[in-house]
Amino acid sequence: MLHPITTVHYLLLSAALLLVGTIGVLTRRNVVIILMSIELILNAVNINLIAFSRYFGDVTGQIFAIFVIAVAVAEAAVGLGILIALFRNKETVWADEIELLKW
Amino acid sequence: MLDTFFFYAFALLTLGGGILTVTRRNAVHSAMWLIVSLAGAAGLYLLQGAEFLFAVQIVLYVGGIMVLFLFVIMLVNLDEAAKMRQFNKQWWVALACVSGVGALVAYFLRQGAGAFRLARPPQGAPILEGNTERIADVLFSEYLLPFEIASVLLLVAIVGSVLMAKRKV
Repeated sequence: MLHPITTVHYLLLSAALLLVGTIGVLTRRNVVIILMSIELILNAVNINLIAFSRYFGDVTGQIFAIFVIAVAVAEAAVGLGILIALFRNKETVWADEIELLKW
Repeated sequence: MLDTFFFYAFALLTLGGGILTVTRRNAVHSAMWLIVSLAGAAGLYLLQGAEFLFAVQIVLYVGGIMVLFLFVIMLVNLDEAAKMRQFNKQWWVALACVSGVGALVAYFLRQGAGAFRLARPPQGAPILEGNTERIADVLFSEYLLPFEIASVLLLVAIVGSVLMAKRKV
């Protein structure tokens, strides 16, 4: 009844996780949760990279995943720093109340 | 057989944790579910023989980034924030995303395995044994320059985040 797990299973899982992260980025109002959803998206990318690394028997995909993790760390640190600066100035965590550049 | 079971278990952790992350009202609960999701992804890495990335995922994400997130949540936590409206008015964009990817997945599921014309792996593709050593070999020979650039990127990020969070520069 259970099929053996192939690369395609990982690809579908990764697509689903990417979708969940995208929905989080698009619909949540809390900036912290938007940043967490971006982490979900980057993890979906990593699952994809590692599945193909296994499929081709080549570690290059895993090297790429390491770089993705490094960029994710940098993004999280800078994003949270921006959030703290923003909260000090505007006293809000809602993304749709931060509208200085809107017209 | 055991592989199949573990795949579905970790997939459930990853996806369920992700869904709960984007739907919880309280940001701290979201962070906890994100930890579950990241740990599930780490299990998936281990299933595919990427032991080094498994360790990196646990130490860096669950141990490092999530602590950072929790600190920031505690710093900017508004008690009334959990009681307010959590979603904005962009639900139709999200619905378009869901239906688009859902149609894609349904199409491929109807087509069956033949729909995925992945490139054929080279004959006798080696099983990734000695994962950490092989990653180190490739990372420090072929990808040395990108590695150094990544370290510069991290330095810039550290300085930048301190600069952002400091009250007076």
